[in-house]
Amino acid sequence: MKLELIITFVKGMFIYAGNRIVRFFTYIGGLVILLVKTVFWVFIPPLRKWQILEQMSRIGVASFPIIFLISLFTGVVLALQSAYQMQKVAAEMYIASLVALSLTRELGPVLTALIVAGRCGAAITAELGTMTVTEQVEALETLSANPVHYLVVPRFIALLVMVPLLTIFADFFGMVGGYLIGVGKLNITHAMYMKMTFEPLALKDVTTGLIKSISFAVIICVISCFEGINSEGGAEGVGRATTSSVVRSFILIIVADCFFTALFYFILR
Amino acid sequence: MIELKHVHKSFNGHEVLKDMNLTINTGESMVIIGRSGCGKSVSLKHIIGLMRPDSGSVIIDGTDITGLNSRELNRIRMNFGMLFQGAALFDSLNVLENVGFRLFEYTNMSLEEIKRRVAECLEKVGLRGVERLKPAELSGGMKKRVGLARAISMSPQIILFDEPTTGVDPIMGDIINELIRYLHNTLKVTSITVTHDMKSAYKIADRIAMLYDKRIIEIGTPDEIKNSENPIVKQFVSGSAIGPITRDTVE
Repeated sequence: MKLELIITFVKGMFIYAGNRIVRFFTYIGGLVILLVKTVFWVFIPPLRKWQILEQMSRIGVASFPIIFLISLFTGVVLALQSAYQMQKVAAEMYIASLVALSLTRELGPVLTALIVAGRCGAAITAELGTMTVTEQVEALETLSANPVHYLVVPRFIALLVMVPLLTIFADFFGMVGGYLIGVGKLNITHAMYMKMTFEPLALKDVTTGLIKSISFAVIICVISCFEGINSEGGAEGVGRATTSSVVRSFILIIVADCFFTALFYFILR
Repeated sequence: MIELKHVHKSFNGHEVLKDMNLTINTGESMVIIGRSGCGKSVSLKHIIGLMRPDSGSVIIDGTDITGLNSRELNRIRMNFGMLFQGAALFDSLNVLENVGFRLFEYTNMSLEEIKRRVAECLEKVGLRGVERLKPAELSGGMKKRVGLARAISMSPQIILFDEPTTGVDPIMGDIINELIRYLHNTLKVTSITVTHDMKSAYKIADRIAMLYDKRIIEIGTPDEIKNSENPIVKQFVSGSAIGPITRDTVE
């Protein structure tokens, strides 16, 4: 009797785990298929310029103030926190290099991607999700328009352009924040700060950061559109999809960041 | 002619259509009736290729659309117009862009020509001067009529109506019924309507088909359906709570 109970329990556990694994791979498969379809449709005319511009304005221009604020303060905090340690060994001038490198290689791309995922990824999922549950996506199909071509491609292009651009802004304003503290508070001269910022900074640092940010843009677009188009169950379903869109984007962005950092560490050393 | 042959469809192991057969002649107005959730909308979505059957075929004027790729399917869909239950107007576009969606996308018409054509379509459904409004500013009945105008913008040969009278008041429901019949007569289209509103069905239909237990159980003219001997049809038509349909469900 007891043995049977244990067997049923173990069996149930395996079935549960199996289901979860299948669901996981179905999800990943869905993302990959959507990505392939999107890339395919990018090259099929017509390119909807107005829609792309509108998305660019929503994603890029509208995100600019928050990116500016967060990156500026991040630069300030970076400079202040490292000042604790650097002042002990009288190496304040290295603060400039530290701020510049950590921003371009890491914080700029990641912070920007997280902000865009939270701000715009969620909005994309909510919009497409509402369209799906009110049959607007099906209506598009009955009007002979492909939903991927009409809805996903403009957002894909806009994200692909705007996320790296915002990253460059974030890099720049972060350095400005560091400069304000370094020159204003820590008595590093302007010339020294500039020298220590740009001397260690190689093109490689900026480009690897931008490569990261392009991959983050792809992640945000594919996840938010996939969650939106596949949401079901009315308002509640759209809410659920929006939450999981943001959470999954965050996770995947961090995973991709880790992957690329490791990759660059080993191949570009 | 539209034919559904031996169509099977199930969702997550739950069977919705089982060996369903239905033939709709060119130029006729067919109404499919049945209880909510019995697969009426699903069969409609099969006809326009939004869903593919698990097995069986859907034949539109001699072409089996179940195996078509998306480009060929889109070409076939050019002959279709569909009115959705909630109208499914695009929130981000105004009425002009909604009704003229296909004209903007697939024709080389100038803006002036499109405006004229859209006004013409709106006139047909009894609306005027609403081009600049967004869908959120329209009432339920107006939304349905704009949806109808969008469906007829490219002069389709087949129009599908998914519960046209659901969610509007009885008077607006009757106006929409009249409109469907009027459009059917003037545009000489094949129309297929899905509804559970018998008043609407009698008004619109040349023939009525009843969908029950995953298949079509009876087809006939409105009079034939009204006087059917089949106890299931009888119960549905009279809208009675007691009869074979509810007994089956309870069991």
